[in-house]
Amino acid sequence: MHSLWRTLDRGTLRDIALVCLADAVVGAAFGAIAVSGGLPPWVPVAMSLLVFAGGAQFAAVGVVLSGGAPIAAVAAGLVLNARLLPFGFAVGDVLRGRWWTRLAGAHLMTDEAVAFVLRDGDPRRRHAAFWACGLGLFVSWNAAVVLGALAGRGIGDTAALGLDAAFPAVLLALVLPSLTGRTERAARTERAARTERNAARTERAARTERNAALLGAAVAVAATPFLPAGLPVLLALTGLVLTVRAPSGSEVSCP
Amino acid sequence: MPLIAVLALAAGTYAFRLAGPVLHHRLRLPGRLRHLLSVTATVLLVALVATSALTEGHGFAGWARLAGVLAAGILALRKAPFPLVVVLAAATTALLRLCGIE
Repeated sequence: MHSLWRTLDRGTLRDIALVCLADAVVGAAFGAIAVSGGLPPWVPVAMSLLVFAGGAQFAAVGVVLSGGAPIAAVAAGLVLNARLLPFGFAVGDVLRGRWWTRLAGAHLMTDEAVAFVLRDGDPRRRHAAFWACGLGLFVSWNAAVVLGALAGRGIGDTAALGLDAAFPAVLLALVLPSLTGRTERAARTERAARTERNAARTERAARTERNAALLGAAVAVAATPFLPAGLPVLLALTGLVLTVRAPSGSEVSCP
Repeated sequence: MPLIAVLALAAGTYAFRLAGPVLHHRLRLPGRLRHLLSVTATVLLVALVATSALTEGHGFAGWARLAGVLAAGILALRKAPFPLVVVLAAATTALLRLCGIE
């Protein structure tokens, strides 16, 4: 554990601490919303320990609180967490060593931890960032959910505190860089790529991804009044039709 | 929410998490598929932001929540630290509701 702190520079440690703090606010909101919505406190606490994926937890609880069936809640959560599969392939190299370390480490894989791993190319720092972020988030998230669940009974009306805005806010902050930062990345690829044609294709792939996301979001919102809770988000996958004829970014990045 | 539902969600989620690290060295996904998987993740996340910012049940969630999320978006674009983004989103929504704007 000591070498973990020595491997990471102060800036990275500060960023990890800030993300833990932000997620603690969201975790407390999750606990409070679930309990004030009528669920027994053990539900948000058990979910946070066993599922440990904020987006899916909010989605599942949201489906149940809006009258959806438990099976729809599980489906909504699982579809959201399917992204962990490609994430696992992207950062699989940080989980090495004994089998039980790998088994435990896999449970700590979150959007945030993956983002910190992708920031660095050095294997030792990737490894350290993953464990620092993963362990930090696991402790702060679960502690915050317990506090939120305890407070939730007393709060009664979480809407007055605006806590329902916390979850989309965190998610938006996490997803924005991948929507807007592409131009920056495309420019970097352009310098690396030898031909202008390649750079133009990367740009186009980034624009296609953004359009697919916006189309999917529009479809999901439009479908919400008519479909059972949980399904509209799945319907957003229709946005992927825009990618059918688009060039893939990873093909392009190869010189 | 029955315990069995929580356990099913937990088991499925863990399977998704474990597949990558376990298969990492044994299987190579084609670049095209890897790209598609990452686009899929973005599409789902953006749809979740849109539906959770705009809707509640089968209807509109109200202007207060939408304004809070938009405030968060502006702060995030300006690279404000995460806790600030979250607290100000909730504060904006709470303040608007205090003023009677739902």
